[in-house]
Amino acid sequence: MQRLVELVLLLIVLTNFMVLGTSRLSTCIRAIAFQGLLLGLLPPLLHRSLAVYTVALALSAIAVKAIILPRFLQWAIREASVRREIEPRIGFVASLLLGAVAVAVAFGTAQQLPLPDRGGSLAVAVSLATVICGLIVLTSRARALTQVVGYLMLENGVYLFGLTQAARVPFLVELGMLLDVFVGVFIMGIVVFHINREFDSLSDTDLTELSER
Amino acid sequence: MLSAIAGLLLVMLVAPLLPGVAGRTKAILTGRRGPPLLQLYYDLARLFRKGVVYSTTTTWMFRLAPVVLAVSALLAACLIPLDGHAAIVGFAGDVIVFTYLLALGRFVLVLASLDTGSSFEGMGASREVTFASFTEVAFFFALIALSLATDSLSFAGMLGAPLVTAWPSAAPSIVMAAATLFVVLLAETSRVPFDDPATHLELTMIHEVMVLDHGGPDLALILYASALKLTLFASIVISVVVPRGMLNPFLALAVLAAGLLAVGIAIGIVESVMARLRLTRVPQVLVAAGALAAFGVILLLR
Repeated sequence: MQRLVELVLLLIVLTNFMVLGTSRLSTCIRAIAFQGLLLGLLPPLLHRSLAVYTVALALSAIAVKAIILPRFLQWAIREASVRREIEPRIGFVASLLLGAVAVAVAFGTAQQLPLPDRGGSLAVAVSLATVICGLIVLTSRARALTQVVGYLMLENGVYLFGLTQAARVPFLVELGMLLDVFVGVFIMGIVVFHINREFDSLSDTDLTELSER
Repeated sequence: MLSAIAGLLLVMLVAPLLPGVAGRTKAILTGRRGPPLLQLYYDLARLFRKGVVYSTTTTWMFRLAPVVLAVSALLAACLIPLDGHAAIVGFAGDVIVFTYLLALGRFVLVLASLDTGSSFEGMGASREVTFASFTEVAFFFALIALSLATDSLSFAGMLGAPLVTAWPSAAPSIVMAAATLFVVLLAETSRVPFDDPATHLELTMIHEVMVLDHGGPDLALILYASALKLTLFASIVISVVVPRGMLNPFLALAVLAAGLLAVGIAIGIVESVMARLRLTRVPQVLVAAGALAAFGVILLLR
């Protein structure tokens, strides 16, 4: 069981690298969907129970993170006809290296954190790494849609961190968080779609001026 | 010792077969008949019978390079424990000697290609060196992971008996190192998706373009050395994936032979399902491979 948890956590880190290294948006979205699926599998594995609470949490996470949101983002890139990230502020090679450094930092600090309920330091480390990688994607990419993926990654990290402390987080709070993310991504997707229709571009560098041209 | 020498002979003998296996797999998967499996042997025999023509712009470097390349590959072969136990020559830190023997071969080949004064060859040399600087990092990260997992600094430990005991506890890191090593194999030996061994268009090829001016026995030595290099990397990958430290040395050699065949087929499959990467994307993939191995290292340090 412990090996299975480790495997899932390692795959989560690998999906982080995949998002950091790819220029194709649909690959990005597929990676984040896979990450959502892995996250959904974690609650029953981590807590070794098949209680209604954990199963419901797992199913709702899979439904939102692995099915609904990726579908929606795929729809958005099809409608907005963006295929790939054009010129990120930090290149793909550099962001991969940054990601590797982030993972190293996360694994280094995770052991020093004075956490009350440690669901294994590996899970904490992976959640930190995911949060940092999400931040890198959020800040370094120019496409609004990739930034949404970065936001999702960030949230996945937070969710995973919550799981390691799950005994203290009530079900309602988890569901509330899922709903928040769902609504957030939905609104972002719609905004992105409309921006694209109005300005024919999704690059946020074009959105810094308010004046009419 | 006997089995180590037998291993060296085996690798030297089957080396030209490996590109043939890869090519045949690719041909079958894409619905063609393909060249005979032993094509490279025929090529080598033909080339060795030929004379040599040297351009007047070339110097002694051009003549020296093929010999140094072939000898360095052979010496590198002596360092790998092919029978799963011990190499012909083994000591702490032999992994570094191995890497830089191959780098020496590349260095003289690059010098020779620059020596011809052809701009095409210069371009190929520049690409080869650029990509090599990325593969080397990835290769070393994979080696560091193996070294940490087995707590040893030589191939005999990293690919031998200590690896067998390390597998259960460090499986994720070892798998990541093996994946990185396979990517390094493809990049180092100029296979798809990094380079296309079948193309003869100067603008796209990397390794092939450097040897355009070589002919006769010189070209034969270069072709043989690159086939041997492919076989060596394949043996490393096999030794990591199927640790043979506990087997009888001769049984281990049989496993190695079967594994080489499997790697040849795997290369053929990769070549038929993937297209060659754009040149600008190559460093990206190599850095990703390095990051994978680095992650394996981080896991072991935890």
